[in-house]
Amino acid sequence: MISVTLTPEDPLPLDRPRSRRTSSGRVIGWLRANLFASITSSIMSLLLIAVLGKALFSLVQWGISNAIWVISGDQTGPCRAIRGIGACWAVIPEKYRFILFGTYPFSEQWRPALATLIFIALFYLSTRRNMWGRKLIITWAGALVLIGALMWGGLFGLSYVSQDRWGGLPVTLILATFGLAFGFPLGIIVALGRRSKLPAIRSLCVLYVELIRGVPLISLLFMASVMFPLFMPDGVNIDKLLRAQIAFVLYAGAYLAEVIRGGLQAVPRGQYDAADALGLSYWKKNALIILPQAIRHVIPPLVNTFIAFFKDTSLVLIIGIFDLLTTAKTSIVDPAWQTFSVEVYIFVSLIYFAFCFAMSRYSRQLEAQARQT
Amino acid sequence: MTLSTPETPRRVRRTPWNRQRLSGLLWQIVVVGIAVAIVAWLWSNALHNLSVRRISTGFAFLGREAGMPIADSWLAYSPKDPYFRAFLVGIVNTLRVAVIGIVLATVVGTLVGIARLSSNWLVSRLAAVYVEVLRDIPLLLQLLFWYVLMQGLPAARNAWKPVDGVYLSNRGLILPSIPIGEANLWVIGAGVAGMIALYFLRRRLIAQQMADGRTRHIWPYALVLLVVVPALLSWLSGASWGITLPELRGFNFVGGLTLAPEYFALLIALVTYTSAFIAEIVRSGIQAVDKGQWDAAKALGLRRSFVLRQIVLPQALRVIIPPMTSQYLNLTRNSSLAVAVGYQDIVSIANTTLNQTGQAIEAIALIMLVFLTISLGISLFMNWYNARIALVER
Repeated sequence: MISVTLTPEDPLPLDRPRSRRTSSGRVIGWLRANLFASITSSIMSLLLIAVLGKALFSLVQWGISNAIWVISGDQTGPCRAIRGIGACWAVIPEKYRFILFGTYPFSEQWRPALATLIFIALFYLSTRRNMWGRKLIITWAGALVLIGALMWGGLFGLSYVSQDRWGGLPVTLILATFGLAFGFPLGIIVALGRRSKLPAIRSLCVLYVELIRGVPLISLLFMASVMFPLFMPDGVNIDKLLRAQIAFVLYAGAYLAEVIRGGLQAVPRGQYDAADALGLSYWKKNALIILPQAIRHVIPPLVNTFIAFFKDTSLVLIIGIFDLLTTAKTSIVDPAWQTFSVEVYIFVSLIYFAFCFAMSRYSRQLEAQARQT
Repeated sequence: MTLSTPETPRRVRRTPWNRQRLSGLLWQIVVVGIAVAIVAWLWSNALHNLSVRRISTGFAFLGREAGMPIADSWLAYSPKDPYFRAFLVGIVNTLRVAVIGIVLATVVGTLVGIARLSSNWLVSRLAAVYVEVLRDIPLLLQLLFWYVLMQGLPAARNAWKPVDGVYLSNRGLILPSIPIGEANLWVIGAGVAGMIALYFLRRRLIAQQMADGRTRHIWPYALVLLVVVPALLSWLSGASWGITLPELRGFNFVGGLTLAPEYFALLIALVTYTSAFIAEIVRSGIQAVDKGQWDAAKALGLRRSFVLRQIVLPQALRVIIPPMTSQYLNLTRNSSLAVAVGYQDIVSIANTTLNQTGQAIEAIALIMLVFLTISLGISLFMNWYNARIALVER
């Protein structure tokens, strides 16, 4: 059994400040303390060093030293020859435009690229504490309108691009961001409804949350893509992307409602009583007193929900919407490149990882701040 | 100041209370009215559309011939069987992935979570990288990745053979198996009955030991119930425990237990992904145990591994169980990603049914029913377990 360090206050052994390697004595001291503290620990270290060394060596061999980085055109012969021995990274420069932007008109692809940058800027601004509040809501509204204008076009001399041709990273970001932007207010209303004293409203909210959380997201997406048209009157034909977006809003609303409800429960009873004593109405009481405190309590779990939600957008692959994962999978349908899916998947993983890792770092930072106060 | 009559304060309180109640009632009527109106509107549209498209309603289709091939099934199934049977196969396939996945994910996740707290820098660092990488990549992408790796394995002729009788090829993982006959089932049944009996016996022995303080051993009972009785039964019934090794004939394997590549990829993806989350839950659970518990155990001179197993983990379980329940539910729901690699779980079979019959509402209702039932089952079990291990304070 692995021995455990007794540091409840300091959760991550790796975050512990380690001694600087100023001299060889320090290095040896560090090694003794951290790798060779006991016989079992030493055996484990040696075993791991051997296994990891071998794995790293073959990974470097496959990914770097034996890899092919550039080839001309569709001449994938050399890549096929080294299959299993070396990676064929040449597939990335060949296909990255399609993976990132799908079938968006090639000459216009600066528009989705710019939209992606606006998204990233928007996320960055949302993490700034001094932006929290009304300013942030206005920024979001403005940015989302701007992104819509860029993607659709038809204004300011930009040619119109219908959303059937959208694809890749912007679609992933649109699904995630719009899902959260609309799911968040929905979640707040449902969370309030679930804590309401009115039985009919409370049971409606419970029904909604439990139904959505009880079934897999895929079945919601199937519903959006197959069942939704059945429920619409004749002649109403809503685009597939929008239908999936509606499913995502409903999905996000249910999960966010549960997180926000946790925050509402953490607000002390006295705050409600004080607001009532001031004679505030139900809506004023919640908007001005209760919700700001409740949401502050649950920011770390909210960010975790955002991460989960961002990853879940990849499920639209199953109903054939061209998000980042679908474009990646489609890019290797091309017979010349068919066998190099591992390389493409690694490339796409890195993109997803970058977004999720940034968010999880941010959430950890918030948790650390919350512990201090 | 005079004492007020009972009437006065009641009247003062009643007026605002009544107004509140009235506005509450109005709100409820409005909201429920809107909800009912929306549902009714959707429903009338659906009825109209169904009649226009000549799609029948109701669950009569369950009795009709499915005509859908299912490659990987534990139940006897042929495409001539009715839809009902196909759904049953789908439910079994979902449970097969979910149950085995939950067990494996718990084991792997607990080990990684403990490793993350190891005093060995390399071990804790490796566990941290494992958690961080697996948590931040979408499960579907990981699943596709594993599936591609499976397909990239050598063909059956050149299968990898790590141990005799175990083959890994693009046909999946092939293991040696023991053919189970009726006699074997009896022996296995006796073993299971023995385990249940042993569980209750252990509780009684512990209670007795608590009462009089004398040590009691359970191993003689265990020997009889788990080894002697099944062995005797096996000898009497003449059950054979011969192992069949898989054999390569032509392009495929004969005999042995086959884990199809789709199933294997799905299982690996679900287990590794969920274990990363479980590892974090286990880590924070262990850290939530008061440091004084470690110190006290150390002062008694107990070994570290013993302290972890007997003192810290049981206490950590109280923090661990509730979030663990939601991870189990997640794993079960995520098993529906099977449809992306063509493993025929309930969602995949319902989706095929939907395409064949056009009865979308019924198919999706069945998916919901199955998942709500499974979720409810897991929740009930975990709540029972949680109540059992909850701290009993004096």
